[in-house]
Formats: sequence, C-alpha cells, structure tokens
Amino acid sequence: MLYLVIGESLKRGYLNGVNSQLPGAALTVQDVSVVYDGQAALHHVTFEVARGQLVGVLGPNGAGKSTLLNVITGLERPSMGSVLVYGHPPEDAKRLVAYVPQHERVNWRFPMTAYDLVMMGRCTVLGLFRRPSRLDRERVLECLERVGLTHLSKASVGTLSGGERQRAFVARALAQEAELVLLDEAFSGVDVGSQESLVEILLGLRNEGKTIVLVTHDLTGLARRFDACLCLNHHVCAYGPPGVTLTPELLRELYGAHVGLFAGGI
Amino acid sequence: MEALWDALLEPFRFSFMLRALAVAVLVGVMCPLLGGYVITRGLAFMSDGLAHAVMPGLIVGFLLGINPLLGALPIAVAMAVTVGAIERRTGVSADTAIGIMFAGSFALGLVLLKLTPALPVSVEDLLLGQILGVSAEDVWITGGLAVVVLATLTLLHKELVFVSFDPVGAQVAGLKTTWLDHVLFVLLAVVVVLTLQAVGTILVMAMLVVPAATAYQVVRSFVPMLLLSVGLGVLAAVAGLYSSFYLNLPSGPAMTLIATALFMLVTFGARARSRR
Repeated sequence: MLYLVIGESLKRGYLNGVNSQLPGAALTVQDVSVVYDGQAALHHVTFEVARGQLVGVLGPNGAGKSTLLNVITGLERPSMGSVLVYGHPPEDAKRLVAYVPQHERVNWRFPMTAYDLVMMGRCTVLGLFRRPSRLDRERVLECLERVGLTHLSKASVGTLSGGERQRAFVARALAQEAELVLLDEAFSGVDVGSQESLVEILLGLRNEGKTIVLVTHDLTGLARRFDACLCLNHHVCAYGPPGVTLTPELLRELYGAHVGLFAGGI
Repeated sequence: MEALWDALLEPFRFSFMLRALAVAVLVGVMCPLLGGYVITRGLAFMSDGLAHAVMPGLIVGFLLGINPLLGALPIAVAMAVTVGAIERRTGVSADTAIGIMFAGSFALGLVLLKLTPALPVSVEDLLLGQILGVSAEDVWITGGLAVVVLATLTLLHKELVFVSFDPVGAQVAGLKTTWLDHVLFVLLAVVVVLTLQAVGTILVMAMLVVPAATAYQVVRSFVPMLLLSVGLGVLAAVAGLYSSFYLNLPSGPAMTLIATALFMLVTFGARARSRR
C-alpha cells in the first residue's frame, strides 16, 4: 500500500513537473528524416506546434504521414533529427500522448462496448494490476457525455458509425488524461456531417488547452477551421494557417494535377 | 427426483471419475477464458499447432518417467515464443511459421514414438486423450497451473484487452505489447497442454474455440462473453463425462459433440437475437 501511495505521488509529481515547465511548444519536430532502404519517407521535417492548437497534417497516400505519427509517438526512431513532446523525448512522454488509430489497425472482431473502449483510457492512468474504482467509472461516463455518446455507452463499437467510433476514441483519449491527442486518418469512413461534429468536438478540446494533431489524406473543407495545416509530401511543402497554406499552387504540388477536382471545396 | 440425484452422483463413487471430473471442470473453465482471445485474435491455428507440436515433449516425459504434462510444457512455451521470432526473421506470415513448427515438431514426435516401442502410451491415447485415466498427480498439476493461468489473466486483464483490441494504441500508451503477447501465448500453451489429457491432440481446439464462439454470438461485451463461455465449457465438459460413463462413449469426442451441439443450437436456433 505504501508503495502505491509513493508511486501515485511520484506519478502526480512527474505530471505536475511536466505541466509546470510547459514552455509553449507541445510538439517540436526538429530536422527529422526517416529513411527506409535508401528511400526517404521523411526528409528534413521541421515544425513546432504550440500548446492548445488544432493542427491538420495533410498529404496524399504514401506521403510519410503515418511515419511522422510513428516518430512522434516513439514507435519509430528517426534516422536523424529529434522530437520533443512537451519538452520530453517521445519515450518519456507516453502518458501525455493519446492516439486514435486508423480504422484498419483496430481489431473490430473484439467484442467491446463504447463504455469498455473509453475505460481502456484509464489503463495507463491506473497502472499495472490496479482495477478501476468508482471514480474511474464516473470519469468514463463524463468522457462519453463530452463527445455525445452517453446514449450509446452500452452499444457494441462494431455497430457504431464511423463518426461515432472516432468520437468514442476521442473520449478514450480524454479518459487517458492526455495533453496531446493524435488522430491517424481522422476522417476515413466518416461521413461529411459527422466529420463536422468531430471537428466541433476537437475544437472544444483545443479551447480547453489540449493540443490536437490530426492526419488526413482527404482534402476537406473543414481544414479551413484548423489553427494550422502542415502540407506533407516527404518534406514539409507548407506549414501555417490554412489561409496561407491551402493555396491552389501548394495543393497542386501536394496532390498533383487531380487537385482541380477538390479545389472548389477547399 | 431422488433417482436423478442418484444418477448424477453414481459415477463419482469411483475415484477415477472424481479425478476426471476435477480435470473436466478445470479444463472447462480455462479453455473458454483463453478461447475468448483465441477467437477474437485469430489464434485457432496457433492453438492447433501447439497441441500437435508438444508430442515429442509428451514422449520424452514418458521416457524420463516424469509426468508427461511437464515434458510437454517447455516445448509448448518454446513454440509459442519461437513462432513470433520466425515470423520477424523470415518475413513469412504467422500461419506459415506455425505450420513449419507444428509439422516439424509433430514429425519428431512420431519418429520418437517409432524408436521407443516400449512406451506405456499409444498414439490413439495421445490423439484422443484419456481423461478417465488421469492420475492424482495430473489433477494437482492441472489445478496448480489453473491457479497460475486464472491469476495471470485476472491481473493483466485490462492490458491484454487493450493489446488485443488496439495493438498500436496500446504500444503508443506505453504498454509492453510484445511482452503481453508472449504472456498470452505462454498461457495458451499451458492450457493446450492441460487440455490434451482430457480431449487429446485433435480436439483441443474444440474446447478452446467452440464455447467462446457460442458465447460470442450472444453477448457483445468481452467479460460477460468470457463468463458465459466458461458456463458453456464446464457444461460441455461435465455432460461429456456423464455421457462417457452412461453411454460408454469416448469422453473427448463426447465433450466436443456437446459443445458443438450447443454452438449449432445458438447459431441456428436463436437467430432472433442477432448481434448486429
């Protein structure tokens, strides 16, 4: 028991320590390159995300977006360059980062209710061998309410729509008490109306100080509502407010000639 | 009423039936608990491979005069861990890696069997199990390992669920996913070996997969699904034992048939409660 108490205070102290030295940048990516078999997936990528921003990473398939997320989450080490999450290397910042996976990378056969999914977020907060208490259960219900899924808490995640699934994963990120939320292919399988309500929720979280980085290959009109867009095609084509980055010229560089098909919507 | 009680208690006047009951209940509890992971993570072939691959271990156990379960365990655990290594090293898919280990190890078992004709065990016993012949030592080993399996599954429950549902998310959250997978595979190996004595090599998969798959159709949350499949597993194991006693059926196949009948009943009988 004593061990648990000490562990808890250390944990809290650690988190407070991180919070107290927030210098502004939630995420610093400094000259990061990732090379596979001589091919550069990422080429000298540098950018910084301030705390409390919603940033979209846009780029075509195979542009290195997933590799970038892997580097930020510490799943992959960059061949060169460095990443800092709230001032810490990714390996030491795992508790600050929540991840909403790509649809295809989740085992949807696994029987799970929306409530169970959000409770998963408490896994790392609780630590090994500790079971959820009443407090954890209340926290889970709050998170479900926050994303408007209270009425579906007992529904199987397999039966939820694309938008509802993403919202359930965002609720899990909230339950995890993460500061930086990463969404991989945030809009795939999500219809346009639900994309909008998802962005609404994410903007709400941003206003509370959470930092959000979402990756999408869809050129969506919703990108206008992000604080910044990072246009990525192995290197950074452009980074800045959507008004500056989402110009027809840049989009053509990013997506090639087909951009004409989308440009009207942007 | 009294006649029914008598019929239910009658078999257990024999101590070999009591030992068989103990093993049947333990297997009926453990198999579905692992089975929940087996059916949702696609580990059925892995389980079948493990059941065949331990053959040389069983024989070496007999040769050394130790309990064959103890001979089989190291092989099962080694295989559970090696499959991942072969997969990573060669780039072949998991089922190919399992196929290689399964066939190679089973072949070694058959060769050993041929080379040592004086073994007190027949191929048929190995393939079909002999729950009516379990020793008191078998019961103790099964009980002891069952405690270890249940404790591990309980203590690591939330982590194992996380890793099974969302492996990438679990890794990002800082869980040791490879380690957790190994723990799950080792538990699976242990349960496969323990189940061998009850239903034999060929039918291990039935006990692992069928009760869990039956419950999967009725319940959409993992823990209730596990609890229901444990109920079904124990029911099939014990009912199989009774039919073995009264109808003189081989017990492994009887258990499997009852589990399969329950599966069919739920699949085709209770269509009204569709999952989706």
